[in-house]
Amino acid sequence: MMKPRQMKAGRRNKEGRWAWRLTGFVTLCVYVFMFAPIMATVILSFNASMFGGFPITGFSLQWYGKLMANEAVLAAFRTSLWIALVTAIAATAIGVVTAFAIVRFEFPGKQTLSTLVILPALVPETILGVGLLVLIKAVDQPRTLLLLVLGHILLAVPYVVLIAQARMVGIRRVYEEAALSLGASRFSSFREITLPLLVPAVVAGAMLAFTISFDNTSASLFWRPAGVETMPTQILSMLKISISPEINALGTVMILVTVGIPLLGGLIMQSLTKLSRRGETREEVQ
Amino acid sequence: MKISPTITVAAGLSTGADKRHEDGQMLRVRTTKGWTLYDPRLAWMLVAPVLLLLIIFLVLPIAVMAVYTFFTFVTAGVETGTLTTANWHEFLTDSYYHGFLWKTLRVAAMTALLCGVLGYFPAYFIWATTFKHKWLLLLLLIVPFWISFTIRTFSWINILGEQGVINVALLKMGIISEPLPMLYNEGAVIVGLLHFLLPYMILNVYVSLESIDRTLISAARSMGCTSAQAFREVTLPLSLPGLAAGLLLCFVLAAGSYVTPQLLGSGRDALFGNLISDTIMEQLNWPMGATLSIVLFVVLGFFAAIYTRYMGMSQIVKGLGG
Repeated sequence: MMKPRQMKAGRRNKEGRWAWRLTGFVTLCVYVFMFAPIMATVILSFNASMFGGFPITGFSLQWYGKLMANEAVLAAFRTSLWIALVTAIAATAIGVVTAFAIVRFEFPGKQTLSTLVILPALVPETILGVGLLVLIKAVDQPRTLLLLVLGHILLAVPYVVLIAQARMVGIRRVYEEAALSLGASRFSSFREITLPLLVPAVVAGAMLAFTISFDNTSASLFWRPAGVETMPTQILSMLKISISPEINALGTVMILVTVGIPLLGGLIMQSLTKLSRRGETREEVQ
Repeated sequence: MKISPTITVAAGLSTGADKRHEDGQMLRVRTTKGWTLYDPRLAWMLVAPVLLLLIIFLVLPIAVMAVYTFFTFVTAGVETGTLTTANWHEFLTDSYYHGFLWKTLRVAAMTALLCGVLGYFPAYFIWATTFKHKWLLLLLLIVPFWISFTIRTFSWINILGEQGVINVALLKMGIISEPLPMLYNEGAVIVGLLHFLLPYMILNVYVSLESIDRTLISAARSMGCTSAQAFREVTLPLSLPGLAAGLLLCFVLAAGSYVTPQLLGSGRDALFGNLISDTIMEQLNWPMGATLSIVLFVVLGFFAAIYTRYMGMSQIVKGLGG
């Protein structure tokens, strides 16, 4: 493939080469900018110093020990884990079904609906957060865990829909229709034909939904019932008191969990696609 | 913002859908009596759950908030349904609120522009590089999305704080004798927002670069363009939709931010989101909080409308999904 920088031409090339070097340099700086703070946090979590900052005074795992003994953190972690699991399952189911309706069906208001569906990803969470509070105040209802979970589902659905839609467009409907004409019901043609072809999108969507929920901060601050802390709100309230090295350890654990799960999922997805390789190639040939 | 950035979303791209629809009807299929194969009624049943969620969490709250802006505030936590324009009057006349709105828009615009300038280079680099493991560079941009936003934000304290990398290193080297006050100011807030939004920008620009037909660039070159000219005349204009989508996304997300100013800014660096939260959670002035929320919603909606007027929704959809 022709690359813009591969062009040869004596004198002119000099300017191009410098521009390319500059591009590379800025790129490097941006990557450093992206990862330096995260690296610093991971390194500091092993620091023996009593204060959550530099310089490094020695290697220690004491902050991890303290973390494991912190009941509030463990409780928040469990809460977040459950909410994220439920969100991942529900948002994926709702999102895939919505994408199916948008891609396969023609119905009045479809265009409006497909715009409305991605709005939760664009409207500031502060507005969504306050909005629900105003609504439940108006109808005199308490904040409940159920509302929090439903809210997380809404925040995750746009991403699942977009991912599933993109994949669904590439799956020709003749496969489904063939199954239908052979006597399969609507539901079983979806389950036997569409869903297996959608697996990569389903896995990717579910994982993204999990991290969106697990990571959600602003909206959760408004929606959580009294006394319930999710992991991010717990971290925020810890930060309000002081910046202890424990938080660095907590951050490192969180990074391991949230980066590890998608990477693991990616590996699982890869082996799944390998298994269904035959179906894949046939589909891509079309 | 997911694994394959070359996704092409076809929200309304059902080419030949009508023809197929008829094909479908011709199929002899076991469907419920009186229902066609792609019956709109079935479609409505499929979208019912998402519709319900959207109504409860998006449509109704905004409608109720719009009504609430006309309620009368009595005292903390108490308001009556007597209709009044006092909240709007207060918002429109009090410069305290104008200051917040102006500062929020300024910080969001600066963040978006910086994202655009800094994000274009990596996007271009990843697109043009001959490096074999391009996917790794892309993966590294996606990884931050997986790391807790709160963690990513507070980790800047370890860089900019008094005991952060920069201050400790400069002190050790004897360049400064006092730690520099780099944290808890507007600069720190912008750095935090940049850190949060740069991946959005880079992926948006990358997606639109990726859709450029590379032979156009070779054509420009063979016609005697220098590489700089080819970039200016071909690559840059064709990547503008992605850049514009990225700018809008960064602007909207920055203007709506709440956690970043709280963690990295001082009280003076609070943005509109913090003002809304403070009005509702601390002052318990619900009608005013609702008014401010509606203001932010309308202002950001205005910018989004200008954008969609010229660009359409599809690029944003691509940016979010890719």
